[in-house]
Amino acid sequence: MTATDRTPPPPVDLARRNGYFDPPPRMGFFTDTSVCIGCKACEVACKEWNHVPEDGLDLLGMSMDNTGMLGANSWRHVAFVEQRRPGTAGPEEQTLAVEARLRAAPRGGSELGTTPLPTAPGGAVADLGMPTVGRPGDGTGAETRTDFRWLMESDVCKHCTEAGCLDVCPTGALFRTEFGTVVVQQDICNGCGYCVSGCPYGVIDRRPHDGRAQKCTLCYDRLKGGLTPACAKACPTESIQFGPLDELRERADRRLAELHGQGVAEAELYGRDPDDGVGGHGSLFLLLDVPEVYGLPPAPVVPTRSAPQIWRRVGAAAAAFALAGIGAFASAAFGDHP
Amino acid sequence: MGSNMAEAHPVGFQWVMEAKKNGARVVHVDPRFTRTSALADQYVRIRAGTDIAFLGGVVHHVLSNDLDFREYVAAYTNAAFLVNEGFADTEDLDGLFSGYDPATGSYDTTTWDYEGASQRVTAPMETGMGGPPIEGAAGGIAQDPTLQHPRCVFQVLKRHFSRYTPEMVERVCGVPREQFLQVCDDWTANSGRERTAALIYSVGWTQHTVGAQNIRAGAIVQLLLGNIGRPGGGIYALRGHANIQGSTDIPTLFDLLPGYLPMPRAGQADLTAYLDRVRARNQKGYWEEADAYLVSLLKEYFGDAATADNDFGFGWLPRINGDHGTYRTTMDMIDGRVFGYLVMGQNPAVGSANGRLQRLALANLDWLVVRDLTMIETASFWKDAPEVETGEIAPERCRTEVFFLPAAAHTEKAGSFTQTQRMVQWREKGAEPVGDQRSDLWFFHQLWRRVRERVADSTDPRDEPLQRLAWDYRTEGDEPDPQDVLRRINGIDLTTGRTVDGFTDLRSDGTTACGCWQYSGVYKDEVNQAARRKPHDQQGPYDPEWGWTWPANRRLLYNRASADLDGRPWSERKELVWWDPDQGRWTGHDVPDFPLTTPPGFDPPADARGPAALRGDDPFTMQADGKGWLFAPTGVVDGPLPTHYEPHESPVRNPLYRQQSNPTRRVYPRPENPYDPSPPEGDPDVFPFVLTASRLTEHHTAGGMSRQLPHLAELQPELTVEVSPELARLRGLTHLGWAHVVTARAAVEARVYVTDRMAPLRLDGQVVHQVWMPFHWGPTGLVTGDSFNDLLGVVADANVLIQESKVATCDVRPGRRPRGAELTAFLERLRSRAGITSATGTTLLTAGRSPTNPPPREAP
Repeated sequence: MTATDRTPPPPVDLARRNGYFDPPPRMGFFTDTSVCIGCKACEVACKEWNHVPEDGLDLLGMSMDNTGMLGANSWRHVAFVEQRRPGTAGPEEQTLAVEARLRAAPRGGSELGTTPLPTAPGGAVADLGMPTVGRPGDGTGAETRTDFRWLMESDVCKHCTEAGCLDVCPTGALFRTEFGTVVVQQDICNGCGYCVSGCPYGVIDRRPHDGRAQKCTLCYDRLKGGLTPACAKACPTESIQFGPLDELRERADRRLAELHGQGVAEAELYGRDPDDGVGGHGSLFLLLDVPEVYGLPPAPVVPTRSAPQIWRRVGAAAAAFALAGIGAFASAAFGDHP
Repeated sequence: MGSNMAEAHPVGFQWVMEAKKNGARVVHVDPRFTRTSALADQYVRIRAGTDIAFLGGVVHHVLSNDLDFREYVAAYTNAAFLVNEGFADTEDLDGLFSGYDPATGSYDTTTWDYEGASQRVTAPMETGMGGPPIEGAAGGIAQDPTLQHPRCVFQVLKRHFSRYTPEMVERVCGVPREQFLQVCDDWTANSGRERTAALIYSVGWTQHTVGAQNIRAGAIVQLLLGNIGRPGGGIYALRGHANIQGSTDIPTLFDLLPGYLPMPRAGQADLTAYLDRVRARNQKGYWEEADAYLVSLLKEYFGDAATADNDFGFGWLPRINGDHGTYRTTMDMIDGRVFGYLVMGQNPAVGSANGRLQRLALANLDWLVVRDLTMIETASFWKDAPEVETGEIAPERCRTEVFFLPAAAHTEKAGSFTQTQRMVQWREKGAEPVGDQRSDLWFFHQLWRRVRERVADSTDPRDEPLQRLAWDYRTEGDEPDPQDVLRRINGIDLTTGRTVDGFTDLRSDGTTACGCWQYSGVYKDEVNQAARRKPHDQQGPYDPEWGWTWPANRRLLYNRASADLDGRPWSERKELVWWDPDQGRWTGHDVPDFPLTTPPGFDPPADARGPAALRGDDPFTMQADGKGWLFAPTGVVDGPLPTHYEPHESPVRNPLYRQQSNPTRRVYPRPENPYDPSPPEGDPDVFPFVLTASRLTEHHTAGGMSRQLPHLAELQPELTVEVSPELARLRGLTHLGWAHVVTARAAVEARVYVTDRMAPLRLDGQVVHQVWMPFHWGPTGLVTGDSFNDLLGVVADANVLIQESKVATCDVRPGRRPRGAELTAFLERLRSRAGITSATGTTLLTAGRSPTNPPPREAP
């Protein structure tokens, strides 16, 4: 499916749905990875503005990436993907070295999120039977390429239309702003951690020292003051663009068509589709390969999407049990007597 | 080429991305696949230090296929000028030009003259950095407009590069023929009347023993293709810091005065003797008016004390008598000839080539003053240098008294930045500096006040310049007002007391004062023009009211070349300035770089001099002959044309000439500065790989401004060494494991990155492995590590004394390096295995030596 034959999505006035009377347009990011130069200015600007602390002075060896992943102390993360030339078997030990580093790296996250896995006696990372993580991009997408390729992508909170973190927050600390973004209120968060498992992208995480959940606020304070978010402001190549989501979607469609026209057939938009598992993103991405290559889930679904169905089934089951119980009593009461 | 723009200049790279979005094709030529390569349309891997062979190949391709912009070349370059009969080329002399003196390792350049004109024979650094003088350049140069004469520059150039074929490029650079031809096709297809191509370089070109010639080679290609002085064309020298351009214009260099005027030399008794070296009696262009620039500078320095009777105080200027550059000074410290050192905005202990040499020098001073934002290695070397571990520096016995003075950051003081495009932009103070941190202006003002008090009553003539110095800036609190400094740099008409409008207002009779003639106009009409910030949507395409660009707020130098011989734009698409016959003057989108009323067809009278002697088709207004120089008869000391020489340290025998490396390079044979052997001498197997280095986006040069900051330090926390999978297998290196890189100077340990971004090159059957490292680490800060610069030796380009820090040879071994006394012994063993003595690598002349090239062999 190309951008041009999409039907425009129905306007989702998220803020109005959330009780705002005269909200501004829904705002978001469009991250065009085709012009990202991997300078990480977004990571630094975000941390400076939002007072996000340093996230470990550890070398991960994932190409130029020493941040590793989004977490409580990294609200922007630039992924670097080195895609080997077909036919040149890259060193397998490299993948293993990175994997070990990544698992053991000290991180500013909690046990539910990005904290290192417990180590077994002797310092080795305990095997919990989890699937191993290779370097993003290894062994994928090489079929059509003839050259080495180095992809860069600045990842961030998706500000989903159906936000799993928000849905499961029991305290109301997570809320939908008038800009349609999703923000944690630090003074209300009780650190329960439900949101961490509620996010299908692994974005939100808790800081260990106070246990409170942390993630990108899309610079809510700056938006309130009419300013561009820090990362988009710092991006030198306009890889990170900020604006009303409707405009960004149009821009993203145009850029995609342009790249397809230039023969970059594998380019695709991520989070553009309002019918996807999270109702579409508030932050869109233009990717140059399939999402898995960048370490993004290909078809994420908000866990709470099935909640009504679950509750219906739970209700049905309860009713069935109730009936069965009644039946049993009835049977006991009215059963045949010997 | 020679630039990793996306990583080292990410903010400027936005315009490359914008151009790419608009359909421009981006080609990146580099030894290593970088973040720039990732965004380019084509990446070409090249062997470090072979750029001239590559560019020479492009020249050969252009000339042998008649792809040059002939009308432009014939009229605007010196292609038609005839070269002296005595000139002999590198093709004739096996890699040497005529005039080489093996005793001094330098050229007598008289045979490089044009026929009918004569240059002043000059020592390096004698004529400043403007167009060098040529006597008789204002007419009288013999020429053949048909470009057929065997001695015309065009034919000389053709012969010089006749063997730089695609096959030769493949043999020298390791660039496959098809890739090379693709670059040639793109370059030529995007040049001409309708299109222009831009060439971008950075220190990947300059930091070589052929540094100046690398740029000459780029200039030749761009001139042949008509890409100079035209919109979208040009050669972009990306500078290493926010204000390096500014600190070259108003220089921190020992051999220059402001505005590229040369520093007077010992023996130049008076102003006339000095000016005789700067300009010829009979030449074209604006250097003819160097007297006005210098006298105005002297009036600014010495005020009323400078009069016509005392040569405007010319005698008070310091004199130089040779190389007083940073490396020479460092060696003089070791030899006990320099006693005190003031270091500002620099961290030589880890940031300069041959770190051990630097630190041993610092340890042999009486006093050392370091002004910086944080405690850097240059201030703490006496307790944390690697030499403390080896016992060469003992903290309790180190004689140097170190004074560390905290400095204000650029955000904590107002001032100007001059960027790559020569644009001066004013910046305001963002925050007050805290504690004892002070601006540089404050420091020098206070230092000056105290020095002046000391010498106030002196009768020693040595102190006279200090007593006479005017230094009468308007002060704000206890430091000069930076705006007043800028105003004085602009220049003042002393008869009215108001600012001058530009450098053409400057006079040699003492009625004007000007701190730097090039910057004249930056404070025109008593307004800080550099502080202008009119948005792009409120003005024309060249944004003349954003900042101010020297000279004369001109955005594009030599832009007369954007119009054809008749003064009409070469094409509508590429119009910039043009001749308006109705008004009888040059006009256009930019400030025309030409005498405004000199018409296109103008032929000056025989006795005309200076700007008045420019013909209507002489766009290069600072050159003595008004032309773009394909051939440089003077001003470049290592040859009138660029020639491929192997780097000083190379595993490869020069396939083009028996002259292996630049025969004029500056070598410094000293025990602290040993060199790895290269063919044809010594055993190159001990250091078989090519070593190159550059910066990472995440860090700032020697790391003083980034290793201390958690948000930057965490992004690149350790020193790494990048190797190809092939080299990793060869040496048993594992990803993220330790390795140490060794040269004759040092062993430096780092974490290994095994990556496809590095790949071996195959030349002539010889496999060459390249190794890359960043250079940001040292022993202090949040993230620490060995310093890359310890690996380099000091060897320099003879034109500008820049060190060759972009290429050397090395070995890479798995595991951590030896420490302490074991390290010293280890290096000693290596040097002895390689047969290294202090003479290794210092034989400059190899032409005429070994008759055949050694057989090709596989690197071990």
